[in-house]
Amino acid sequence: MTGNRNPIIDGLLKLHITLCLIFIFAPIVGSFVFSLNSDRFPSLPLGSFSTEWYRLIWEDPLVWAGFFNTLLVGACVAAIATLLGFGGAYTDFRYEFFGKTAYLALALLPPTIPVVIMGLAMLAFLSRISLSGNVVSVIIAHGVMCSPFAMAIIRLRLSQMDPDLEAAAWNLGGNEWVTMRHVIIPFTKPAIYAALFITMAVSFDEFAVAWFVSGLNETLPVKVLGFLQGQVSPRINAIGSLAFVSSISFIVIAQLLMRNPNAKTS
Amino acid sequence: MNTRPNLFSLTFSLPLLIWQLAFFLFPLAFLVALSFWTVRNFQMQPDFDTVNWVKIYSRSVFWDAYFRTLLLASASAVLISLTAFPASYAISFKLGENAKRWMIFVLIIPFFTSYLVRVYSLQVFLSDAGILNAFLGYFGLGPYPMLNNSFGTLTGYATLCLPLVILLQVFSLNFVNRDLVEAAHNMRCGRLRTVLEVIIPSAKAGLVIAGLFAFILSFGDFVSPLYLGGGNPPTLSIMITDITKSGQQWPRAAVVALTMIATLLTVAFAAIKFAYREAGK
Repeated sequence: MTGNRNPIIDGLLKLHITLCLIFIFAPIVGSFVFSLNSDRFPSLPLGSFSTEWYRLIWEDPLVWAGFFNTLLVGACVAAIATLLGFGGAYTDFRYEFFGKTAYLALALLPPTIPVVIMGLAMLAFLSRISLSGNVVSVIIAHGVMCSPFAMAIIRLRLSQMDPDLEAAAWNLGGNEWVTMRHVIIPFTKPAIYAALFITMAVSFDEFAVAWFVSGLNETLPVKVLGFLQGQVSPRINAIGSLAFVSSISFIVIAQLLMRNPNAKTS
Repeated sequence: MNTRPNLFSLTFSLPLLIWQLAFFLFPLAFLVALSFWTVRNFQMQPDFDTVNWVKIYSRSVFWDAYFRTLLLASASAVLISLTAFPASYAISFKLGENAKRWMIFVLIIPFFTSYLVRVYSLQVFLSDAGILNAFLGYFGLGPYPMLNNSFGTLTGYATLCLPLVILLQVFSLNFVNRDLVEAAHNMRCGRLRTVLEVIIPSAKAGLVIAGLFAFILSFGDFVSPLYLGGGNPPTLSIMITDITKSGQQWPRAAVVALTMIATLLTVAFAAIKFAYREAGK
């Protein structure tokens, strides 16, 4: 806290935060509101309350197909990215070796490469090895993009661990594998669960690379992209609102798991 | 500690390494080779021909798009950083611990809402008969064209980047030594001067990195320029998606992509160098 207080400036600063939050959340709230609005072309004043758009997507087999693809991809990506991320985080935590900087750069760089470039590179490469145009290609691409998130979350948890804990376990006669199983994995468990949910949520919303490589096996966000290019349809808002609720549920679960690191772990 | 590679250490370090080499580094490297391939009868053929580079680089359409994209992304980074700073400053210095934690949680939420859906929703706000113009109309203002132009594109970029930039700025401001700020006050340094001469220099690296992220995200995004900017004239990202989806000219798309990567690396290198340069030199 600074000692220097001026109510006018403090008020203006709070107003500025509020305006920023309004700007950030207006499209999210707008999407919710218009998903429950009867008018086909969303505008003010609002039409009547309607669940028509939810009914339409409920009855659309293509939306369901997209939803199941998204779910399948998300589950596989979460498992793969968390396994890879755990290995990377533990390697960073435990070892010093020649080329470690390059190792970490390779592990953490994917989110900084623009998605169109990743999409093009993946499409060009995967089609050479006959892997493009199916769900596997989306899983591979999302695995690359999500593992840095898993690694960061698990690394954060490892950094809270007393490094002597591992040594103590060895002194008590445990070898490395036993120590991993009985000390390190239980300690990082909350972060592992959090990483599973966060990577799943990231995969749920990623559309650009999926759009490049998925071919006919579209995920839900790719479906939304298709709607966007076609006609105006409040179905997008309905899908978006449902996706929002599911993503937020994942985040809240992940938060709760991270919050309670002292929960019973074995 | 045992640092010699053994089965145990390799079990944990190798999977990620192999995966990222095979599915991240190799595909990117493949783009380099691809950019020298040729296309005959709609078939790509491995080759070593500079024709794609010559074709793309000799077109004024490409250079127009290049400089427009660069300008839009730079404007985005600067405008978003300037908009974010007062908010980040207030969050870091004016809010209590609890409120701060809540604010961070609230700012994380947008990352998990579909960016596509947000952009779709923004169309309703920005269109000529949209919510913003209807609102301004009550005051006898407008209607202003806000969609299908650079304003629309920048608004979309801000939707994408603002939460991240505020968060990164808050994290770097949290590291500013509070004693320094206190000392500045005790020496009767005014509020604005404290911000400009103590807080900003202390948090410089984080602030520059935050702006760099806004630049990277804006430079590579194709959703905002397409659906809010109108897509015409195209940005580089739109160019890549157009070329890729319209047939077999992937080698030319690869040239555009590699040019983007080179640009991003240059900007990132310059920004990081500037961020960590010793103050006063």
